[in-house]
Amino acid sequence: MRHSAIISVLTVALLLLAMANLLWGSLSIPVADVLRILSGEPVPEHPQWTYIILESRVPQMLTALLCGMSLSTCGLMLQTLFRNPLAGPSILGIDAGANLGVALVMLLLSGTVTLGSLSVGGYLLVILAAMTGALCIMLLLLMLSSLLRNPVMLLITGVVISYVTGSVISLLNYSATEEGVHNYIVWGMGNFSGVSMDRLPLYCILLASGLTGAFLLVKPLDAILLGERYAANLGVNVHRTRNWVLLCTGLLTATTTAFCGPVSFLGLAVPHIARMTLRTSSHRIMLPGTMLTGGCLTLLCNLLCTMPSSGSIIPVNVLTPLIGAPVILYVILKRR
Amino acid sequence: MFELQHLSTGYGNMTVTPDINASLVPGELTSLLGPNGVGKSTLLRTLCTFLPPLKGRMLLQGKDIDTLSSAQLSKLIGVVLTERPDVQNMTVRDMVGMGRSPYTGFWGRLTAEDNQYVTEAMLLAGISTLEKRMFNTLSDGERQKVMIAKVLAQQTPVILLDEPTAFLDFPSKVEMMRLLRRLAHEMRKVIFLSTHDVEMALQLSDRLWIMYPGQVVIGSPAELSRNGELTRFIQADGICFDPELMSYRITQ
Repeated sequence: MRHSAIISVLTVALLLLAMANLLWGSLSIPVADVLRILSGEPVPEHPQWTYIILESRVPQMLTALLCGMSLSTCGLMLQTLFRNPLAGPSILGIDAGANLGVALVMLLLSGTVTLGSLSVGGYLLVILAAMTGALCIMLLLLMLSSLLRNPVMLLITGVVISYVTGSVISLLNYSATEEGVHNYIVWGMGNFSGVSMDRLPLYCILLASGLTGAFLLVKPLDAILLGERYAANLGVNVHRTRNWVLLCTGLLTATTTAFCGPVSFLGLAVPHIARMTLRTSSHRIMLPGTMLTGGCLTLLCNLLCTMPSSGSIIPVNVLTPLIGAPVILYVILKRR
Repeated sequence: MFELQHLSTGYGNMTVTPDINASLVPGELTSLLGPNGVGKSTLLRTLCTFLPPLKGRMLLQGKDIDTLSSAQLSKLIGVVLTERPDVQNMTVRDMVGMGRSPYTGFWGRLTAEDNQYVTEAMLLAGISTLEKRMFNTLSDGERQKVMIAKVLAQQTPVILLDEPTAFLDFPSKVEMMRLLRRLAHEMRKVIFLSTHDVEMALQLSDRLWIMYPGQVVIGSPAELSRNGELTRFIQADGICFDPELMSYRITQ
């Protein structure tokens, strides 16, 4: 009862925030006109408004929503798999791997080409590079996973991975053109507006398949909470489950990183926020709860980033650590 | 009936215990005794199918374990391990309910029937009053009983336990062993456990497996006392076995 009530509240909050994302932006458009445009009616006095709503605000809202859902889902699955509350795509260095993949393509291969001007084929290359990078790190982590049950070892490994990828990226930056470096840095700050309407279907399909994969893992993930041996005794194929989690988190992290930049902290923090409100370990409830919370948070971030008063857009990664850092501290202090 | 035929346990090409021929019978509590490092865990892991046997066969209700799928096995062998699950936000009832997962559907939802088994299992293990508590707030003894309730909810004819009395205080150890004995006798289950609590195993087990390097000696406590096995088992300065009292004594 309590769980379904919280899930319902989250769903309503998500819908309201999604609507708010469409109603407010850096240009103020009257609410009535936004609703007219959304219902398919043009506003003859301001033809550019239709473009702003349908080609900018709608894809940006969907991008933020799916990005939040995906990264939080990754965090939840990784925390269960490693049985470590500090696991998450950014702290484990998985997005650093994706980062490196993207840097290789952006700085080494295309040099001056910005992500926005890449063809869909070029975009696919960036995603593939991000995915390869993310999967390499995931494989490395799985090999080290016996050590990673200790939270300190996990953090150290993540930091080391980030340093190593960072040094390679520095080298790439050093040899790249000025424009290439600038583009890469801007991309690294995180951005939900980089997915245009024509690329949105690809983004949605990739993330939707990753999220569907996560839902298929609900029952084995529950068993893995008890430890690998207990899970095996309950008939779960632990090896296969691990590989699926690897694949899903790799796909989700790589896709969001390639399209939105490395959005930090969300993956780690959101599952804990969901745990605090839902107070359950069952993935049947935690997974939708985490997705909805993640979606709400990114929609909120996106709203704050594009608040009309500021006039310009703040990068996403300015805001996410402000949410993530307190949660990490809370988790560490609570476990002492 | 759980039968071991010419079973060799070990890792890779290192044999720990060769050629074990034995059977575990329903309705009996069997204790595995032996010093640290002699291969108790290796044997137990092999029986749990966490480790492949190096040689030989294991027959469960007449079927070779190799031919059974992991889904089938999860309904035949239940385990209680020494490692304690470290789960946040899981109630005792949910934990016991995990034992039903071999029977539940795709989403792992418990049916009314599953819930009935969970309630019965908690009653048998004597933890009904803990039902709504969070698992990670329990004491070691309580957690161990919850894990036993979980394995009862799994409804397997064979239950294997790795040192179920370790980390418990004395009254809890006795309570745990008596509970396991009662379950073996009343529910006609095969219950096999490893332990270092020799005295308690002598008094409460129906059968003992004494493990020496590369060898297992099997018999009822009375048989092993008569043939001198129990005297041989602990040969240390200051400890002697008293066959009349069926217990070890510490000499001054």
